[in-house]
Amino acid sequence: MFNWISQVVSVTQFSVRSLPQRKGSSAAALIGIAGVVAVMVGVLSIAQGVLKTMQSSAGDSNAIVLRSGADSEMMSGLGGEDARIIAEAPGIARDESGAIASPELFVIINLPMRTTGTDANVPLRGVQAPAMTVRESFKLVEGRMFEWGLNEVIVGKGAREQFAGLDIGSSIEVGQEKWPVVGVFEADGGLSESEIWVDAAVLQPAYRRGNSYQAVYVKLNSSEAFDEFKDSLTADPRLNVKPMRESEYYDSQSTTVYNLITGLGTLIAVIMGLGAVFGALNTMYTAVSSRSREIATLRALGFHSGPVVISVVSESLLLAFVGGLLGAGLAWLAFDGYRAATLNWASFSAITFAFDVNLKLLAEGIIFAMLIGLVGGLFPAVRAARQPVAQALREL
Amino acid sequence: MKYFYLIFSSLKRKKIRTGLTIMSIMIAFVLFGYLTAIRQAFDAGVEVAGADRLIVRHKVSLIQLLPESYEARIERIDGVDNATHSTWFGGIYQEPKNFFAQIPIVPEELFDMFPEYVVSDEQKAAWLETRSGVLVGRGLMDRFGWKLGDRIPINATIWGKKDGGRTWEFDLVAVYDGAEKGTDTSQFFIRYDFFDETRAQGQGLVGWYTVRISDPDRAAEVAAAIDAEFANSAQETKAEPEGAFIQGFANQIGNIAFIIMSIMSAVFFTILLVAGNTMAYTVRERTNELAVLKAIGFTDRGVLGLVLGESLAITFVGGVLGLGLAWLLVSMGDPTDGSFPVFYLPTYDIFVGLILIVVMAFIAGIVPARQAQKLQIADALRR
Amino acid sequence: MTDKNSNGTLVKVSHVDKIFKRGSEEIHVLGGLDLDIPTGEFLALMGPSGSGKSTLLNLIGGLDRPSEGSVEVGGKRIDKLSERKLASWRARHVGLVFQFYNLMPVLSAQKNVELPLLLTKLSKAERKKRAAIALDIVGLSHRSGHYPRQLSGGEQQRTGIARAIVTDPTLLLCDEPTGDLDRKSGDEILDLLQALNKEQGKTIIMVTHDIHAAARASRTLYLNKGQLSVDPVD
Repeated sequence: MFNWISQVVSVTQFSVRSLPQRKGSSAAALIGIAGVVAVMVGVLSIAQGVLKTMQSSAGDSNAIVLRSGADSEMMSGLGGEDARIIAEAPGIARDESGAIASPELFVIINLPMRTTGTDANVPLRGVQAPAMTVRESFKLVEGRMFEWGLNEVIVGKGAREQFAGLDIGSSIEVGQEKWPVVGVFEADGGLSESEIWVDAAVLQPAYRRGNSYQAVYVKLNSSEAFDEFKDSLTADPRLNVKPMRESEYYDSQSTTVYNLITGLGTLIAVIMGLGAVFGALNTMYTAVSSRSREIATLRALGFHSGPVVISVVSESLLLAFVGGLLGAGLAWLAFDGYRAATLNWASFSAITFAFDVNLKLLAEGIIFAMLIGLVGGLFPAVRAARQPVAQALREL
Repeated sequence: MKYFYLIFSSLKRKKIRTGLTIMSIMIAFVLFGYLTAIRQAFDAGVEVAGADRLIVRHKVSLIQLLPESYEARIERIDGVDNATHSTWFGGIYQEPKNFFAQIPIVPEELFDMFPEYVVSDEQKAAWLETRSGVLVGRGLMDRFGWKLGDRIPINATIWGKKDGGRTWEFDLVAVYDGAEKGTDTSQFFIRYDFFDETRAQGQGLVGWYTVRISDPDRAAEVAAAIDAEFANSAQETKAEPEGAFIQGFANQIGNIAFIIMSIMSAVFFTILLVAGNTMAYTVRERTNELAVLKAIGFTDRGVLGLVLGESLAITFVGGVLGLGLAWLLVSMGDPTDGSFPVFYLPTYDIFVGLILIVVMAFIAGIVPARQAQKLQIADALRR
Repeated sequence: MTDKNSNGTLVKVSHVDKIFKRGSEEIHVLGGLDLDIPTGEFLALMGPSGSGKSTLLNLIGGLDRPSEGSVEVGGKRIDKLSERKLASWRARHVGLVFQFYNLMPVLSAQKNVELPLLLTKLSKAERKKRAAIALDIVGLSHRSGHYPRQLSGGEQQRTGIARAIVTDPTLLLCDEPTGDLDRKSGDEILDLLQALNKEQGKTIIMVTHDIHAAARASRTLYLNKGQLSVDPVD
């Protein structure tokens, strides 16, 4: 056993020391693997970023009520009376102003994107006072809150970044009127940061909505209170609604985009990975063949073929690991936190997000790299070990 | 050419290495082909957009409606040939993931405005006769396995019916095919009159207008004239060329072309490294052989050509295999299962692929080829 | 075909110096060397390692240029030819036989022999015919489809010789042709060379270590410290 280990060690030392001779091809394989990992992590970080935005938005003990049959706020419609009834349901938390239930309007307004100058569908939300309390992460960071009853708006941090004309002091045009931007808010990276908020009472007439809303957001007493809340609403004959946990709702919203990007990203990564495997195999076969005489000599001297295999595979794994680290690092440097916007298919409105190169992704990238290294090293290693010694010695 | 034999037989050396290099190159071109198809899926709408068509929508927001009465006013503007309205129905067929566009429109206007939708005369007549009839794109029909005569129920999320119900029933009486490869055949057209009389609210209000202008060069001018007509009214408009409108949507999804270009560059760069490395290694090993060739009388240029020729042979085999495989994969259909209106590999890009093969062969092979060219016979033979 | 001048000298080497640079060092391999080789001669060049025998051979074959002096073959100053012209001159006038055969491993014996003919304007059929003839002369017709790795050392060298004569060259230059062969195979090769010289009138210049090989030649010269002499040095 000990003999075996010392064999592995010496063979490996030997091959590592001869690495500089093969730095050309080793570098090529390394860069190849780094490239694959960088692209894979980069593309998948888009999906992760969108997911993170969605997940930040959901409060544990929050729920959203839409009209029955609607899949997103955009498609939903609730009357003012419905909203009042919903606010009286059991399970809702209360504060000094009353039930923390927020009836809201969800429309879109067209504003140019800063990057391309072409229009984007920016979410415009009409809110009432409880909206700020329902969303615990809501925080005004610049300027001030809009005054109720006035044509003033506040904008989310993400929206201000991605769309033109949303700095404090600018105004958005709604028909004939100009609504000035008076403040900027944050919401822990959640969806709201892609939105513009205004008093619901001001938005309704501007979009000819009468006394109607699209959704009611509520904060429940606790996560467990949801069932009671939901049952009461679905049983109520006056209502035709669909209560959901906020987390459920956001999951459903992000599914399409997330699946699309993850699907495409994985497909691309696999194809690139195959290319990298061939590149790695190429390198390792070359590495092995250039040392076949050395390896044969070792074996002729009495070294077992096992250590030879292990040494070749470990060299390949080492190369792949470094390549993977390089690629992951590159992706992290280049992509993490990069802010962009995309389209939420469900509500046809823009969502802003940041590319998220998280630990899970980095780990996946490096593991993928090691896999490439394993396959790339195994075949050449076995071939080197199986070759009859005499033949290998003759092969000059 | 007589040197072909020499070039191709040198691929026999180190078959494994040559094979692997060819595989890597093949993979690069598979990706190239597939990603090109994806990019094309995003671009297709823009390309087939009519150069002589404008889209006119509510200035404030895409979801705001415009009055039907605007149509006549738009048609009176100088430079306008014809205008027709369309509306977003936004219903669900069975479940949300079966998304497709449903659009109420006036049938005769559709035929006039969109000549790229090809319909047989009898089916045109059938649609004009059946109030609840719908005109469906071939792609959509195939996707769900519908047949002419089927009854298609759609659950409306936006438009409730006058009778209080939400399920609209339509009769599939006509199918359209696309005149061009990139034409979207995934749409579902409803008769506007049926829509307007059945919907509970919003009578006389439509989503947007498609306007055909007589002179494409005057597009910007006519668009401005349309917007001026409705400026300072309760519903102001924004008019723009159809292509620009569609491009705007693609831009919202993200700068797809840029992302794809970046990925492709990364891939090609990586593969180039592998191929170039292989070529360099091969030349290094064959110093002796190349010197002998020169000794026999092959010129420096001849040896340069030989190495480049080998590089081209390897890249060509890998590249053609890759493009072929990509074509095969693309013809297996839309990977997003319906989100893309079209999905195919344009012939033009296949030619681009072929050119890339040559370029790649050159870049990978030029340095080793130059080394071979400059080889001094006496030095090399002595080794 | 072959330009002879009046006294039948094929190769005229005059006042030739060859200096190699190794880093900052200059090594004078040949110094002021003169050599006349008449047509039809079988010349053996002998001398200790590093004496410059192969260098001289390379200069005569146009594989290298002298630092000083001139090299004239068949009346032509080959040291004055451009690289390109030199290459075609070699293809036409020189046949090379190497110690380690230097065959292309990926080509069969037949295709190896055809290689120099690719540089001519001959048709495919003609090339095949000439190669067959050359292989026949060296007695290897029955092995023409085999690859170098399937041939013995002697057979490989015979293939090398066939390749060298397939273009019917003016000069045959052999650098240690029997150096890697056993006595028997070596003798066969020397028999072949002698036959080519006596029966076909080929002018052969052979560099060798082996006295027995040199004995087959019509004249032997010794090279030592860049100078030629007829006497061997102890």
